Amino acid sequence: MTLEQITFIILALIGLTSALMLIIQKNPVYSVLLLILHFFALAGFYLLLNAQFIAVLQILVYAGAIMVLFVFVIMLLNLSNEEALKDPFNLRKIIASIFGVVLILQFGVFFFIKAKDDLNVTISPNSIEAGSIKKISEVLFSTYLIPFEVTSFILLVGIIAAIVLAKRKFE
Amino acid sequence: MIPLKYYLILSAAFFSIGIIGVLTRRNAIIIFMCIELMLNAVNLTLVSFSSFFGDSSGQIFVFFVMAVAAAEAAVGLAIIIALFRNKLTINVDEVNIFKW
Amino acid sequence: MIPDYLAEFFGNKFIGYLIAAALPLFLWILPYALYAVYAERKVSAFMQDRIGPNRVGPKGLFQTIADILKLIQKEDIVPASADKPLFVMAPYVIFAGTFAAFAALPFSSIYIGSNINLGVFYIMAVSSFSVVGILMAGWAGNNKYSLYGAMRSVAQIVSYEVPALLAIVSAVMVIGSLNLNEISEMQTAYFWNWWIFGGPVVGIKKFLLIIPMTIAFIIFFIASLAEVNRTPFDIPEAESELVAGFHTEYTGMKFAMFFLAEYGNMFVVSAISVSIFFGGWQSPFGYLGNSLGISWLIPVEQVFWFLFKGSLLVLVQMWLRWTLPRLRVDQLMTVCWKYLTPYAFINLVLIGIITLF
Repeated sequence: MTLEQITFIILALIGLTSALMLIIQKNPVYSVLLLILHFFALAGFYLLLNAQFIAVLQILVYAGAIMVLFVFVIMLLNLSNEEALKDPFNLRKIIASIFGVVLILQFGVFFFIKAKDDLNVTISPNSIEAGSIKKISEVLFSTYLIPFEVTSFILLVGIIAAIVLAKRKFE
Repeated sequence: MIPLKYYLILSAAFFSIGIIGVLTRRNAIIIFMCIELMLNAVNLTLVSFSSFFGDSSGQIFVFFVMAVAAAEAAVGLAIIIALFRNKLTINVDEVNIFKW
Repeated sequence: MIPDYLAEFFGNKFIGYLIAAALPLFLWILPYALYAVYAERKVSAFMQDRIGPNRVGPKGLFQTIADILKLIQKEDIVPASADKPLFVMAPYVIFAGTFAAFAALPFSSIYIGSNINLGVFYIMAVSSFSVVGILMAGWAGNNKYSLYGAMRSVAQIVSYEVPALLAIVSAVMVIGSLNLNEISEMQTAYFWNWWIFGGPVVGIKKFLLIIPMTIAFIIFFIASLAEVNRTPFDIPEAESELVAGFHTEYTGMKFAMFFLAEYGNMFVVSAISVSIFFGGWQSPFGYLGNSLGISWLIPVEQVFWFLFKGSLLVLVQMWLRWTLPRLRVDQLMTVCWKYLTPYAFINLVLIGIITLF
């Protein structure tokens, strides 16, 4: 096995366990920290895919900003452990599990029966250039300029909405 | 060399875990985190397609998804704080009226 | 490059790079942190007209070594009501963030842990990660002072990241590279080629750039002070109101880890300013090795200049600590959002206009 394959397997194990533990875990603080671990695993995958810029952005935006907001809110609200898993067999959970199993089966059918021999392509030699900050900024500021400007508007709306909702009262 | 298929299977698995989390948990913050999980599963798909075809566009979509996720996190957490302030709970089952 | 040399020496790329990555920890961070603590105490003593540590060794030089020995022997207490796994993990998470940043610092033209194209960006990303560790430490201790300290710290670090990044972006716009090694290489030989003095560009643009670059450096320096929780922005620790902030409940080696991370962070932010604004590993006035014709001396000189400039900025941080009083929380937010961020934006536009010509 090459180093790349070993890294892939380790990262996949970390990603899957942390995602599974996240939805099983009762304490929300642990869930958030597991999600941060999951995002680090994803950043590792992006590095394996030669997408350096996205990998660093993942750490900066998710682990450094968004998840800190989550941890902050959870600690601010000081929630005790929820009793979500005390009554495991109500109707909703049964439907949810059926839905989940069907979804997983669909994916399984697609990947292991229908597309069994397709999708075995290997990574493109252009990927290093495609993931570099230079190439990304070229495309971002030419082809995708208008979506980029709209993004700034979305962020502005987000800021205003957050202030309006979280502020207690306007005097 | 890892074929594209493995990345897609992995991100499908992450997406399914996210969906199961959204459907089974009641804590609004955990549901929100599962939505982030699903968004990131899609990001992994986009980045892997982008790298395997050697085209940057997929990574630019990831950039946009991250920006939207950041705005969404700010608004969503503000809603959760407002909810907690008024109802003293963030259990989504107990939030069943529009105005309180 | 030293990593490649080590890889060849051990016959295995993986082992060689691993050893190269561990080099700064043993050769620089540990001795530096020991003597930074000593320097901090000496500086504070000098400022307050005292003598400072003077008993262990000549002029108290071994004082911090004695302190570390004491900390190692101390009992490692985990409070009964603490969240044990998080409590144990937190100091290491914080230190991991600091240590990861060292990977992209160019110590010399032949030694950089990882010569990545996104150097500056990467360092800002991993050092913002230590916030998570601070929150873990504050929450796991199950102590109100710890939690207050952690909350304040996070609010502060997340806010001050905005002006810091804007200042760096405005500098990078002129430089045209994010790779710290390349940035250092550009500012060749003499100190008037440093980016704070307009960089290696010629003509009127160089003189126009001096003022905006100085402003960018000052904004970055103030914001980085806040990011490493130093006075005047030390409200997360604020001994007189919060006991010790987020590390109130820690003892022994874990407490020492927090100190190591704090002093490591101080060096990292100084090293970023040194690499971007003050010429990185370049000597301010030519190399001795060049004039003597000894080629192996040049990298050694480069390491010396990098560490010297970095330590000098760390010293400035200590000097500020013992000069300025602490800000209140509201003043802290005012400084960030009403002064630093708008000024950083104006500066960004100004530099953008200058670079257009």
